[in-house]
Amino acid sequence: MNNHIQAILWKQLKDTIKNKAILIQFIMFPFMTIIMENAMNMEDMPEHFFVNLFGIMYVGMAPLTSIAAIIAEEKEKNTLRVLQMCNVRAVEYLIGNAIYIILICMTGSLVMGLTGGYSGIHLFRFMLIMFVGHICSFLLGATIGLVSKNQMTATSINVPVMMILSFLPMLSMFNETIKKFSKFLFSEQLYLLVNDLEQIKMTLETGIIMICNIILIIVIFLIIYKKNRISS
Amino acid sequence: MKAICVKDLKHNFNEKTVLDNINFDVNTGEIFGLLGPSGAGKTTLIHILTGQLKAASGSSFILGIPSTNMTGENYRQIGVMMDNFGLYERMSCYDNLKFYQMIDKNKNNKQDALKNKRMLDKNIETILNDVGLLDAKKTLVINLSKGMTNRLAFARAILRTPAILFLDEPTSGLDPTTVEAIHKMILAEKERGTTIFLTTHNMYEAEKLCDNIALLNNGKIIEYGTPFDICRRYNHQKKIDIHLKNGEDISLQHNRECGEQIKSYFLKDEIETIHSTEPNLETVFMELTGRKLER
Repeated sequence: MNNHIQAILWKQLKDTIKNKAILIQFIMFPFMTIIMENAMNMEDMPEHFFVNLFGIMYVGMAPLTSIAAIIAEEKEKNTLRVLQMCNVRAVEYLIGNAIYIILICMTGSLVMGLTGGYSGIHLFRFMLIMFVGHICSFLLGATIGLVSKNQMTATSINVPVMMILSFLPMLSMFNETIKKFSKFLFSEQLYLLVNDLEQIKMTLETGIIMICNIILIIVIFLIIYKKNRISS
Repeated sequence: MKAICVKDLKHNFNEKTVLDNINFDVNTGEIFGLLGPSGAGKTTLIHILTGQLKAASGSSFILGIPSTNMTGENYRQIGVMMDNFGLYERMSCYDNLKFYQMIDKNKNNKQDALKNKRMLDKNIETILNDVGLLDAKKTLVINLSKGMTNRLAFARAILRTPAILFLDEPTSGLDPTTVEAIHKMILAEKERGTTIFLTTHNMYEAEKLCDNIALLNNGKIIEYGTPFDICRRYNHQKKIDIHLKNGEDISLQHNRECGEQIKSYFLKDEIETIHSTEPNLETVFMELTGRKLER
């Protein structure tokens, strides 16, 4: 592994315990899943209800808020400028952070999957869906971090995006109108897939929406990245 | 070869000109001071020289390389200590330096690759010891005093043993003891042969440390030379002040009579102290701009 990526990964791992704001993002949903899965046991409740619901909320919140906060903080404290002068390229910086965030989020997802009783192929499918979600969410968060000059701005942009991604799939269960809109979100599509791990029926609609979402997120990210650069 | 070379440099933010036709050279191994009040354009010039900002026109060269074309290998040759430090607050002093050392490690360099962990650790500890922070190596940056943070930022800047060190107001807002400690560290770097580009608004610092200085005001260099030469150039009074042993103070003009008078005082052993009256940099700056150097 490139020494710049390695150093960034090392720095982030060192920072995890001390950065409580981000640490909470990483552990909140796995922790809530453990609590709720063990505490709630109602008869009509769908199987794996909390795992699937919190799993999608985890996808919508953790990578998004953590990478946006990390980039915005580095910009605010001028550490990004120093890294740039140490010849750390933006791609290396993002890869280092992506490995760190995705690694931790996948660990959290694994805890959630095991708590929900998934095993074998079902656990694999669950983890695969989470992985796709974490990547999309990471790229969105990185885009927010790029456009934000400081942590305050990042938070104010993060909150509505995070709420849309995390809460609409849940609210769509109760409201058909919301469902009409939320079905265009990758988080809603992932929620539908995660609720059907037995068969994973990827309909044409799901496929098109997912691909469009991924392409859109990558295009937005690349445009913003080109326009803002990481340290401007 | 000149360490730094600046030619006809101009820069503006929107309509406002912040640097106007800047020209100067910095010799290898010297301490060059850029002296000016806040907002004069000092930090902008460092940003341009270190390739963080592209000038509107003109050119600047660092070790013969245009600052706009600097690559990773060129950046290894320079250390920068800026006003806003670039230190990670939640990491310890030791970990901050370790992180930057990991970043600087050249995996293509066999010598670097062979350096084992113990050697890298020793290097960090030596630098922390040099800046007086060895006892605080496990302290988080957020818990350091301003003086300690400045010393750590200095340590980070010299970690890669740079050929050129850019210091942006390194002693701003510090107590005299810490200022003295930082001055010693700067002089130690000069002893090692490092070229130092120092910005300051403190005339005493410039007079004490710098081989050459440029006075910057409203984006223009209004004077350039050694501190002593600049002060001598503006010595309009041409007077000599003498303090006699009987407590009397005498002020004499530079002329033949003055020489005779001083000779007679010496022969009578009446002189306690004798002073020339060149203006200091502050006075020169005031004369040139009508404003003070201090913030």
